[in-house]
Amino acid sequence: MIVTFTINGEERSATVAGWESLLTVLRDNLGLAGSKNACEQGECGSCSVIVDGANLCSCLVMVGDCEGTTITTVEGIAHGSVLHPIQQAILDEGGVQCGFCTPGFVITAAHLFAANPNPDEEAMREAFSGNICRCTGYGALLRAFDRLAGDGT
Amino acid sequence: MDFLAAGDLSTALDARAEHPEAELLAGGTDLMVEVNLSYHRPAGVIAVRSCEELLEWEGRRIGAAVTWARLEDGPHRALAQLARTIGSPQIRAAGTLGGNVATASPAGDGLPWIAAIDAEIEVASQRRGTRIIAWDEFFVGVKETTLAPDEIITAILLPEHMPVSQEFAKVGVRNVMVIAMVNCVVARGEDGFRVALGSVAPVPIRAYRAEEMINAETSISDAALTEFARIVSDEVRPISDHRSTEAYRRHASGVLARRLVERCLAA
Ligand SMILES: Cc1cc2nc3c(=O)[nH]c(=O)nc-3n(C[C@H](O)[C@H](O)[C@H](O)COP(=O)(O)OP(=O)(O)OC[C@H]3O[C@@H](n4cnc5c(N)ncnc54)[C@H](O)[C@@H]3O)c2cc1C
Ligand code: FES
Ligand code: FES
Repeated sequence: MIVTFTINGEERSATVAGWESLLTVLRDNLGLAGSKNACEQGECGSCSVIVDGANLCSCLVMVGDCEGTTITTVEGIAHGSVLHPIQQAILDEGGVQCGFCTPGFVITAAHLFAANPNPDEEAMREAFSGNICRCTGYGALLRAFDRLAGDGT
Repeated sequence: MDFLAAGDLSTALDARAEHPEAELLAGGTDLMVEVNLSYHRPAGVIAVRSCEELLEWEGRRIGAAVTWARLEDGPHRALAQLARTIGSPQIRAAGTLGGNVATASPAGDGLPWIAAIDAEIEVASQRRGTRIIAWDEFFVGVKETTLAPDEIITAILLPEHMPVSQEFAKVGVRNVMVIAMVNCVVARGEDGFRVALGSVAPVPIRAYRAEEMINAETSISDAALTEFARIVSDEVRPISDHRSTEAYRRHASGVLARRLVERCLAA
């Protein structure tokens, strides 16, 4: 089947088997390899993308169910070559080590701050509970998000 | 058939009747895990998450495709509590109550709530129309239900008299992203306490003996609560597996049930 959706503001189509994951199609068919495949079980959040306003694990989304949706991946977060404040804050605080979890944290942060520009620490911890980082111990990431909270970003 | 995204129930039911080999898809948080593990290569998929009838949530009828994210903000306290413990925000934005019920995992967190309030499962097929099934006739084994191959779960039906207080708790190795070792709902209504537990038998169960004992007490003493917890621990039928042991599950069942009765009393 052919699915057509809007990804990062651009209309894209792909020839797929309906049961394939959105993650596979993003990475293998559409050249958008920013979303990472670390577990394919919904556990790690490294594949997080925003579909019609919902932050989802793209490894668990069947691509056949995405016809006509609007999708934001990590590739759609920066403004051209200028990093988004979320990305800059993570970089400044040293929140990237191996970087595998980073796209998922960026998407979850973008989703969180869009709904709640000034989350408290508890709201942040809950929002990021589906994003696992094996390297940083989360401290640097939380400091980055803490800095953004209230910045109106 | 490769993939059909049904926009309404009759389209989904027609497809279900015509393509018995096809799988139903709601949020995908159970089905896609199996597909990704290659346990499964669906011969066809009927997606129901956009069926209007399944998205409606009004009064006593909760549509099967209502997500945990919506249930988290809902009026039923124990349902909201348990919804908030499911997976992560990403899982709750996709996963549905109907999918939880259809999967019928012994650890499914929605199931003890359904058992505690004596909810019913509404199902539909193109040939036989709507059928309403009592929860204890719906769940019959590990991941086994009495849903017929041409049927779709359309809603969870709540009883006319809802409990005045209801509480949920679960035990797992951490706070989020955790499948229960034991989960429990206690509901307190006009007729007394109802106690339901999951992960301690192939299907969700009620602790009927413990209910009878506590409901016979005129004022609930500490000794009565201790005896109640002992009966709950005795009444459950857990196994040992990779998540926990039989002994721990028995112990935790009594502790949780007692704690939730106390919370209902304090509510
Ligand atoms: C990381 C992760 C964490 C999780 N944590 C929890 C947890 O804490 N507690 C818990 O209970 N579960 C948990 N789950 C399991 C899962 O999220 C839930 O069972 C969820 O409710 C399934 O709903 P769904 O809509 O995603 O189902 P789907 O995956 O879409 O469907 C599941 C099954 O039900 C069938 N089905 C779906 N809708 C219907 C319908 N209307 N009628 C008939 N059949 C239907 C499908 O054919 C399929 O066989 C977790 C899963 C993941 C991946
Ligand atoms: S790859 Fe999707 S949650 Fe891990
Ligand atoms: S930086 Fe390595 S997993 Fe987060």
